[in-house]
Amino acid sequence: MTTILEMRNITKRFGSVVANDDVSFSVRKGEVHALLGENGAGKSTLMNILFGLYEQTSGEILYKGETVNIRSPRDAINLGIGMVHQHFMLIPAHSAIENVVLGYEGNAAVLDLKGAAQRFTEMAERYHMNIDPWELVSNLSVGQQQRLEILKALYRDVETLILDEPTAVLTPQEVDGLFEVIRQLIAEGKTVVFISHKLPEIREICDRCTILRRGKVTAAGLEISEIKDLNELARLMVGHEVELVTEKTLSEPGDVVLNVENLNYTNDKGIHVLKDVSFDVRAGEIVGICGVDGNGQSELIKCLTGLLPATSGKIELMGNDITGSSPKEILKQGIGHIPEDRHAMGMVGQMNLRENIAMVDGHDEPYSSHGFMHWKWIDDFSRKLVAKFSVKTPSIMEKAINLSGGNQQKLVVGRELSREANLLIAVHPSRGLDIGATKYIQSQIVEARDRGVAVLMVSTELDEILEIPDRVLVIYSGRILACLDQCDCTRSGLGLLMAGIEDDSEEQTA
Amino acid sequence: MRRRMNHRLFKRLQGKESDLMNEVVSFFSTTIRLAAPTLLAALGIVFSERAGIVNIGTEGMMLVGALAGVIGSYVTGSAWLGMLIAVFVTVLFSAIFAYFTVVVKADQTVIGTGMNLLASGLTITVNRALFGASTSPPEIDSFGIVAIPGLSSIPIIGPIFFNHHIIVYLTFILVPIAQFVMFRTNIGLKVRSVGENPKACDTVGIRVGLTRFLSILYSGVLAGMAGSFISMGMVSFFTEGMIAGGGFIALAAVVFGNYTPRGVMLSSLVFGASNSLMYRLQALATNIPSQFLLMIPYVITIISLCIVSRKSNKPLGSGKPYIKE
Repeated sequence: MTTILEMRNITKRFGSVVANDDVSFSVRKGEVHALLGENGAGKSTLMNILFGLYEQTSGEILYKGETVNIRSPRDAINLGIGMVHQHFMLIPAHSAIENVVLGYEGNAAVLDLKGAAQRFTEMAERYHMNIDPWELVSNLSVGQQQRLEILKALYRDVETLILDEPTAVLTPQEVDGLFEVIRQLIAEGKTVVFISHKLPEIREICDRCTILRRGKVTAAGLEISEIKDLNELARLMVGHEVELVTEKTLSEPGDVVLNVENLNYTNDKGIHVLKDVSFDVRAGEIVGICGVDGNGQSELIKCLTGLLPATSGKIELMGNDITGSSPKEILKQGIGHIPEDRHAMGMVGQMNLRENIAMVDGHDEPYSSHGFMHWKWIDDFSRKLVAKFSVKTPSIMEKAINLSGGNQQKLVVGRELSREANLLIAVHPSRGLDIGATKYIQSQIVEARDRGVAVLMVSTELDEILEIPDRVLVIYSGRILACLDQCDCTRSGLGLLMAGIEDDSEEQTA
Repeated sequence: MRRRMNHRLFKRLQGKESDLMNEVVSFFSTTIRLAAPTLLAALGIVFSERAGIVNIGTEGMMLVGALAGVIGSYVTGSAWLGMLIAVFVTVLFSAIFAYFTVVVKADQTVIGTGMNLLASGLTITVNRALFGASTSPPEIDSFGIVAIPGLSSIPIIGPIFFNHHIIVYLTFILVPIAQFVMFRTNIGLKVRSVGENPKACDTVGIRVGLTRFLSILYSGVLAGMAGSFISMGMVSFFTEGMIAGGGFIALAAVVFGNYTPRGVMLSSLVFGASNSLMYRLQALATNIPSQFLLMIPYVITIISLCIVSRKSNKPLGSGKPYIKE
């Protein structure tokens, strides 16, 4: 096999930060090459250089043996390099086919969308990725949008396709579908660069891998088939031994802390989002809610925390009816809430760490009295919190927005855990975090459980759902389809339930 | 005797009927004439808005166009050359706006407001320097009414649609062309896309800055034409601050017309009609104070904007400069 792409001694600096430090990366024609690394290791930066979105500070790129100068995505596309970004580069207000032809060099002045749609549909059928070319992108599911992105690149006849964390947003079945497409691309002689930090899927789909850590290559071109132990890859990625499994003892559930009965919610568009949801969470146990995004999880949590009014049903916290209470009243009853979107709901980016820490309980002792803030106490408390939850920051006066995603999440988790709540609601606690930060936050949640806190956790990550909760509720289309003990959960069984297939899961997995 | 009386009565009734008919014809004809400058400017703004630029500076651009047209016409003796000069000067003026918003990536509202203040002061200074503060404006060539032979003699339809300034015809012909360009051509797709998601456009090789810059210059061309049509067609002189909110009305027409050329035409006609109504009511000399009548077009603007604020085609990236990481 010949080398199709070579990046030699690439260095990229953003101001004083070195994102890529003398990185060399070489890909053979016709292989799936994994680019592994934690968040912030420099994977996306390296690929954005290859795709012409960034310009390297130094180093050179060879494509098919020739030195190339890639100054813009147009140069990359003309060479035959395509990229599917982690955050899709689609325009929701346009139709699928308009997104495909946008910026295409073969366009005539007056667009021939019908002809393009025909070519697109033929191509889509060949790869078994059927998408209606006239559908608006805003009506496509996340999985369909990803397929559209892949087809958009193939429409430009790319030979090398970069996939940036493609599985982060997919259900297990959709991941299988994606892998099928990748295998077909390889069979046609194309080359795929696969960016990820999920080790099991790397082993399943990739031929070789290159590992980055803090902008440097720690392993180049490892043959995946020769790797026996995934811990070995994890060590190269993180730099020290990591426990891939969070230590956990059997739970000892106590009294019921949260009790939800026949909860219904209909939104302002008249859509019945939650249908007769009933469950309870006991002290000292973790209940996980798993499901594909958009099946009512977010509305359920908002009803529990008072951000949305339930249409009917009853919510009890420690025996008190909190249905219809305001968020402030509910927080006072002892709920800690790690919200789904830390930027929009968990913190105020433009405020500093100590202000963010004081935000939730700031109107009470000991944070303040008679409306005056006790900054001395807050500073003291903030420093302890930052140290305890190992939030990496120059000082507590730093703006929250300047922290990395993982450290922002540690800040929010730390604040909510130190509120001595009876119930902790954690929504996507590890979304967007690397292995190190994920394991740390998961262990903190388990520790809270062991202290007797009732935990309700929402996640779309099957790995997390299989590992952390003691009981798992599967939500589909606003309904709780199943309640399983952790030991009864299997990957394929949960995957089918998440897709709404309600057949007896034992039968399916037998 | 009786028959004669009947005949007289009939004639009187007929006279009243034709008065009413004249009234209606004149109302619609005025509506179209008054809608034209709003529509012309709005057809430019609809492109820059789609490209993600909130062009608050349109008012100032039209004012500059109005003065440049008069000066051009005064110097060359031709309204057409006057308009050409107005377009040239307004494009230069809009290039300042484009430079600061697209290249420097400054806040569009702040720069737009600055452009309006600059235009207001600049036109007053230049006007007084050239023509003095005299009360009698200079004689200039202006656009006259061009009745379309044949068509204009059709009763009712003729005087309403085919008895206008040539710029009015051009403006309405531009509507289907603009609609076609926006939704059927490669350029139109690019313009609509850079306003929605500039980063996505960057990844498929579209030059976002250039597209936005050119769409601002294009809106400058039409703002210059609209401004000079006001000073050389609606009237034939320049007065200080003569656009009187026309640029903002055009901006509102784009929002009310939901960001499509066809919609913009309908909303401009609504504004034209409300202006026309205001003039009718003023002429009728009712007891309503004239200040209230003058408010009509602006009140209708506010009400119409409230009605359409839901479910809009407003581009997602509207008003935000595109800053590459």
